[in-house]
Amino acid sequence: MDQTKNGQLMLGNKAVARGLYEAGVCFISSYPGTPSTEVTEEAAKYDEIYCEWAPNEKVAMESAFGASLAGRRAFCAQKHVGLNVAADPLYTMSYTGVNAGLVIVVADDAGMHSSQNEQDSRHHAIAAKVPMIEPSDSKEALEYTKLAYEISEEFDTPVLLKMCTRVAHSQSIVETGERVVPDKPYEKDIAKYVMMPGNAKKRHPIVEERTQKLIKYAETQPINRVEMGDTKIGIITCSTSYQYVKEVFGESVSVLKLGMTNPLPCDLIKDFASKVDKLFVVEELDPIIENHVKSLGIEVTGKELLPVCDEFSQNLLAKAFGKDINDSFSIDENIPARPPVMCAGCPHRGLFYTLKKNNCTVLGDIGCYTLGAVPPLGAIEMTLCMGASIGSVHGFNKVRGAESEKKTVAVIGDSTFMHSGMTGLANVAYNQSNSTIVIVDNSITGMTGHQQNPTTGYNIKGDPAGKIDLEALCRAMGFERVRVVDPYNLKQCDEVLKEELSVEAPSVIISRRPCALLKYVKHNAPLKVNTDKCVGCKSCMKIGCPAISMKDGKANIDNTLCVGCNVCSQMCPVGAFEETASGKEA
Amino acid sequence: METKNIMIVGVGGQGSLLASKLLGHLLMSQGYDVKVSEVHGMSQRGGSVVTYVRYGEKVYSPVIDKGEADFIVSFEALEAARWLPYLKKDGQIVTNTQQIDPMPVITGAAEYPKDLIEKLKATGARVDALDCLSLATQAGSAKAVNIVLLGRLSHYFDLPAEAWMKSLEANVPAKFLEMNKKAFELGKNN
Repeated sequence: MDQTKNGQLMLGNKAVARGLYEAGVCFISSYPGTPSTEVTEEAAKYDEIYCEWAPNEKVAMESAFGASLAGRRAFCAQKHVGLNVAADPLYTMSYTGVNAGLVIVVADDAGMHSSQNEQDSRHHAIAAKVPMIEPSDSKEALEYTKLAYEISEEFDTPVLLKMCTRVAHSQSIVETGERVVPDKPYEKDIAKYVMMPGNAKKRHPIVEERTQKLIKYAETQPINRVEMGDTKIGIITCSTSYQYVKEVFGESVSVLKLGMTNPLPCDLIKDFASKVDKLFVVEELDPIIENHVKSLGIEVTGKELLPVCDEFSQNLLAKAFGKDINDSFSIDENIPARPPVMCAGCPHRGLFYTLKKNNCTVLGDIGCYTLGAVPPLGAIEMTLCMGASIGSVHGFNKVRGAESEKKTVAVIGDSTFMHSGMTGLANVAYNQSNSTIVIVDNSITGMTGHQQNPTTGYNIKGDPAGKIDLEALCRAMGFERVRVVDPYNLKQCDEVLKEELSVEAPSVIISRRPCALLKYVKHNAPLKVNTDKCVGCKSCMKIGCPAISMKDGKANIDNTLCVGCNVCSQMCPVGAFEETASGKEA
Repeated sequence: METKNIMIVGVGGQGSLLASKLLGHLLMSQGYDVKVSEVHGMSQRGGSVVTYVRYGEKVYSPVIDKGEADFIVSFEALEAARWLPYLKKDGQIVTNTQQIDPMPVITGAAEYPKDLIEKLKATGARVDALDCLSLATQAGSAKAVNIVLLGRLSHYFDLPAEAWMKSLEANVPAKFLEMNKKAFELGKNN
């Protein structure tokens, strides 16, 4: 049982980063997205690897492709929806192939812990015709990362390494090795790398031949392994589902564990099926392995038994297979939900209060500020994907006209704006709707845990970098009205918003104040409530600050949370909020 | 041995990641296979958060399911009640008595249940409740609630005190070590 001699407990994402280091990767470009972010953050801690945050996933993947073309092993990572953004280069990189190895992490989020949808990335692997491999714990995450580079170079293809929340954000024991850096020369090859019709037509059959070769590989390589136990039940599974299968059944069933989920083997599955009495597929999300097994003419049970929606667990599996689960306690009490909220001192709060007060229709975007949709603010009415706020406000205003332009706004964060808001802004300027766009600039990529972006002036290592001037950028795109407000100043926010909504011209309001959680942000002393003055009117409760609650009919401030932003005191009609002389007590 | 399960529950931002890191280190040092599963991203913003720590001879699933937890270590009373169905019938809850109002309570849409610790005990569950915030403040920082809780948890483990101290030393910054040692002892002995 001695797991500890050479092993260390490592997060799945960190294990991928370690694998990148050992595989001799020289170039990494990514855009952050939960649950993929830590791969790139951890890799950036190795001085031997060049690492960067790109403005979006498409640019990241194209940059990684360039590095591979130049002959150095390269990498990019993104969450599942990020791969949609990068799908364009991916699908044609499948045709060009690579020079040095190119591996792409895509991290799915079954259960939607931090995502706007639950799409299954295996569809991209099938459609782009590139191999996909899926680790089921940290040890495999490290090993498969290195293996992915071998596959990439042997078969001349980008390789998708699929993570999921439970593998990415679980720690298990890994063993580490040494770094080896291969180097390939760059060689000009127009027929291979210039994908115009004449060349692409010749590359497509090569892709199809490659898939056939990869199927042969999948039939025999240890990445797909059979663990024979009792043969009454046979289960084909992959990724974290494998762990649930082993947890529930141990050695009491036979298992075919697929580490490579595209392309899928045929003979291996037929052989396994022939050795068991009844065959099941246990896979989260869509029935991809199941449909493949059925296409081989093999009888199999999958989604009749197990759900398409949400992530799995051991109890879910046990119940589906008619096994007993443990009794549990219950409490006869209404337990209030505890949804995530904007932090105390969050600069987005004052801005959303102002939008709500002015009865605006707010089309939102992806980031912490999506929490502006949550009560009591309830100010956001749409969130779709990165950048959609600006595209949508334009369409909304075009069909609803002048009345709509006086109350409809797009709200987008600084990082999301750089990711894919700029092109939407170009559309507003070019096709001329009098739309109002608010860029909530908190000077960081917040939701994913504080990553730098092109507007912050720092790179992934925290060193000074190029800094894009948002005001100059908006003006250069044709916006004559670009206003900057401090969201802690409610009066200023209100005045500027009213002006920009009423004017018959497109405008950008930059609501600028750094995230209250940034280390360099200095906080004021917490406020306190003068209970003699407080009339218990609850005006301060409208802003939904977690530091304020009602106690015995009066407002009360939690001084371990309050950062003295003073937004609440601007809400108070009787001046009951007072500054304290002391600093934070906690 | 059968796999053992520890759930650490609380409110985003309370420091449960350090607690799980320390437990992971401790259990590995005892030669166990260990898995620790965390939540990142949106729910960290003041929402209900949970971390799973599993250890044994060979650990498969990274998560703990209903009726499986040998221990629920809770940073806040309401969270102990929320996750109660995950406790094994002979499991143990170790909870901070602190009350942190969630937004539906703050806005008046819901009420914070009264006498929650008593109601938890009335379910038949084994509940060890203590005011960790006061003990942490006594030790020198309100942020040491996590270490007070771990000190309390150490009661229930048959592990040498040095092993806990080694894991503490390995996981907290040197300048806060003495304060955290004090917090650990206060949790253990109160």
